Amino acid sequence: MAGAFMIALFIRGDRNIRIFAAAVSLAELVLAIVIFALFDLDAGADQYQLIDKAENWIPIDSFKVQYFLGIDGISAPMVLLTGLLGSVAVYSSWSVKTRVREYFMWLLALQSAVMGVFTALDFFMFFLFWELELIPMFFLISIWGSGRREYSAMKFVIFTILGSAFMLIGILVLFYSTGTFDMTLLPEAIANGKLLLPIGTVFTLLFIAFAVKLPIWPLHTWLPDAHTDAPTAASVMLAGVLLKMGAYGMIRVSVSMFPGVISDIAWLLATAGVVNILYGAAVVLRQTDLKRLIAFSSISHMGFVLLGLSVVVGVDGAVSTVGLTGAALQMFTHGTITGLLFLLVGYIYEKAHTRYIPDLGGLAGKMPLLTASLVVAGLASLGLPSTSGFVAEIHVFLGAFAVWSWLTAIGAFGVVITAAYVLWMIQRSMFGPRNPHLDDVSDATPLEMLPVAAMVIAIMVVGIYPSPIADVFSSGLAPIVDSLQNVGVAGLR
Amino acid sequence: MTFHDIYLLSPEMSMAGLAAVLILVDLVFSKKSALTAIAFVGLAIPLTLSIVLWVDLNDQAVTQMDADFGTETVAFVVDKFSLFFKFLIVAIVALVVLASSEYADKFQRFRAEYFALILFSASGMMLLASTVELISIYVSLELTSLPLAALAAFLRDDKSAESGLKFLILSTISSAVLLYGMVLIYGFTGTTVLADIATQLGAIDLSADEAFGANVLLFGVVLVIAGFGFKIASVPFQMWAPDVYEGAPTPITAFLSVASKAAGFAVILRVFYVAFDSEMLSRDWAAVFAVLAILSMSFGNLVAILQTNIKRMLAYSTVAHAGYLMVGLSAVAARVPEAIAGPSGVLFYVSGYAATNLAAFAAIIAISNRVGSDRIDAFAGMSRRAPFLAGVLGFALVSLIGIPPTVGFMAKIYIFGAAVNANLEWLALAGVINSVISAYYYLRVIKVMYLQAPEDESHVSSGGMPLKIAIFVAMAGTGFFGIYPTPLINAARTAIGVLIS
Repeated sequence: MAGAFMIALFIRGDRNIRIFAAAVSLAELVLAIVIFALFDLDAGADQYQLIDKAENWIPIDSFKVQYFLGIDGISAPMVLLTGLLGSVAVYSSWSVKTRVREYFMWLLALQSAVMGVFTALDFFMFFLFWELELIPMFFLISIWGSGRREYSAMKFVIFTILGSAFMLIGILVLFYSTGTFDMTLLPEAIANGKLLLPIGTVFTLLFIAFAVKLPIWPLHTWLPDAHTDAPTAASVMLAGVLLKMGAYGMIRVSVSMFPGVISDIAWLLATAGVVNILYGAAVVLRQTDLKRLIAFSSISHMGFVLLGLSVVVGVDGAVSTVGLTGAALQMFTHGTITGLLFLLVGYIYEKAHTRYIPDLGGLAGKMPLLTASLVVAGLASLGLPSTSGFVAEIHVFLGAFAVWSWLTAIGAFGVVITAAYVLWMIQRSMFGPRNPHLDDVSDATPLEMLPVAAMVIAIMVVGIYPSPIADVFSSGLAPIVDSLQNVGVAGLR
Repeated sequence: MTFHDIYLLSPEMSMAGLAAVLILVDLVFSKKSALTAIAFVGLAIPLTLSIVLWVDLNDQAVTQMDADFGTETVAFVVDKFSLFFKFLIVAIVALVVLASSEYADKFQRFRAEYFALILFSASGMMLLASTVELISIYVSLELTSLPLAALAAFLRDDKSAESGLKFLILSTISSAVLLYGMVLIYGFTGTTVLADIATQLGAIDLSADEAFGANVLLFGVVLVIAGFGFKIASVPFQMWAPDVYEGAPTPITAFLSVASKAAGFAVILRVFYVAFDSEMLSRDWAAVFAVLAILSMSFGNLVAILQTNIKRMLAYSTVAHAGYLMVGLSAVAARVPEAIAGPSGVLFYVSGYAATNLAAFAAIIAISNRVGSDRIDAFAGMSRRAPFLAGVLGFALVSLIGIPPTVGFMAKIYIFGAAVNANLEWLALAGVINSVISAYYYLRVIKVMYLQAPEDESHVSSGGMPLKIAIFVAMAGTGFFGIYPTPLINAARTAIGVLIS
């Protein structure tokens, strides 16, 4: 089913590219919703569903690769998120004037690669899609970006490809130790088999790639550059979906395949999470460029994901799903919130021609719609109840506090700083006295508000009634928690 | 020499015969443009004969031909391993001939000689894949190299002359080194036949704590590696590559970079897997190749970053790719389950590399012929001036980095996987990190083509029909085997199965 996404990409006419791209992305969104709706919660926790499998892709004994796609509770919401942000990215690119054809081609290629990462159940496929996303992003940033775009694009590629170089070795070691690339069989095979390298080394090799992508401090330096210089749609995709590839990889690979190792280093994850939260938040305070500000806030928010993941050790051998669910929810909500923030900043930049906060100010009167949306997004970002940000953060804190009370308490300061910079940002850029050169800016048109509205609705719905998404995540996480439980119990004995 | 022997050698003979026909036709007819067509169509003969042989071989592994050196000696064999390389070389020659069709206008009068020399060299390469005896290897090698030296100098300007002379001198020196190594091995074992060398070495009690068991043997093998190292342009025998590549006519550069490399690896695999097969020896030479692999990859990639001429850049990139290939060579030797993974990886990689590099060079020929420069700067704005060619070159470069969906990606994963399989994780790690370094300079060319404003906006046409066909075929190979590599991997495994049981 997901394979259809790939084919859709390569049919394209010369004219009406925008409309065609919009139609394709909308179709993908509909398909993503269908996939999400079809996902059957009662099917048993460890079942993969909607499987698309062809075993004979490379059926050679020493190199057995399957075409194997499918979803479970963790990937289903991510597919939905990708579908949503993908269409938003396409719609928000209506104003792209140069090299339109290439632009939409790369955008759709990017989306399908990410979709592939979230649905791949064969480790080789996972890696293939992981790499496939590089070139589209390189072109999107370097051709349609701003500022030091070529530098940023190159930096993005080199960082990512370096991470995936380590991942490749990890994957190959796993394959030659266990004889399979099948991600559904690997957890058991790793637990029972003997690996060519020490298990900790394999774990580290794989983890580096995810750590670069998430990113964990100090591997984050590509992120502010890439986010700031990318065009709006690419920023939306980058912050909304690509960072989630790192988090998704951690859950899908690091946690579920190496429950023993991850329990041992959970304290490290927790510390790294808190460092990310505080470092990101502290640096945000110094930013004067709206996009850069949001980019650093992403680092801060990804810290919450790490903190949620660190709950894997559990208390006295009892691992609760709360922390992991929180981490997963944070992935989803951060995708919508930050996607929305980048989208809004993109609109503001388009109309005011500046992202420099001191140059802005008093825009509320001129663009009430955008201001209102920015306030919603900002409040969701700082975790106001009734927005999705609150739901995710409360899960993380609830889970983490039981295990790492002190660290969590320190991390909670991040929320305070977040509140400070979000409110400061909104106040300085949208309210207060208006800069005279902004007198003739206009508000967003209804058409432009369409994607904004979709995202706002997504944020509010998850905030008020999170259980559809949360339940799906929990169902996917249940088998992982079970395996962690076993490790925990074994550790106690 | 019986009729059967002639039949076995028919692909090589028809190749050389085609070269002679071309020269004769040139003497009789005045219409030069027909020569390309004759050369291209004529290649169908060796191809057909190779197919006939492959079918004829069926399950039978080897058919051999005896040479008479006083005693009865096996000099050539026809097996699936040699036929794999024969197909590859015929395919490469066909693409090079097509890609040369326009370029050859630069030396209109000598068109026939140009094609004939390529064909002679190719027949040497095909022989090289079949020889199982040291003296025949040496003779085939000379048959391969001498026409190449003439071809490198074919443009008859300063750079081209320098290129030809450099190739001639260094190739002669390397041949001498190789010959000396062979002499030492002959002196040690008393035979020049690879299989007998293996038997002799098995009979002698070699001490385990000395490299190769004996100093003479060590010296001989190292000299042989040095001689072959020149062929495949591996560090530290790579110094000819940049100058020769830059000065030679671009189609010849393409030919050198892929065909010469393929033939070199064919003979290396044959010599080392047949003659030096014993467990102790293979551990030693695998270590040598592992070190050379790391040196080649690192040196090639790092120096390529500094280049401003695209042919020079690809010359250093070819050094790096020799390194990746040697990863496969050294992965072989560790006698682990699936010992076939490494050498079959070499065959797979070299075929994929041929398709990729030919696509890149065909695009470069088309562009630089019209722009009149090989400098990377001259490619600025090509995405607008020649969208098709820029796309092809971009795709080929992406394949050289090893990013999906290209054959470069599959081949790299396969060959690094073989290294991991042989417990050489550190070597695989060095390989992937080098791929990261290489991404920088390959992407820089893509950046220039897609981002920088062109000097002038004039359209650059995609070249004539023959060139277009060459580009299309090479490109299709790069893409197809990147998505569905199974047939090629299977062929490589069948071929290498002859050497390793």
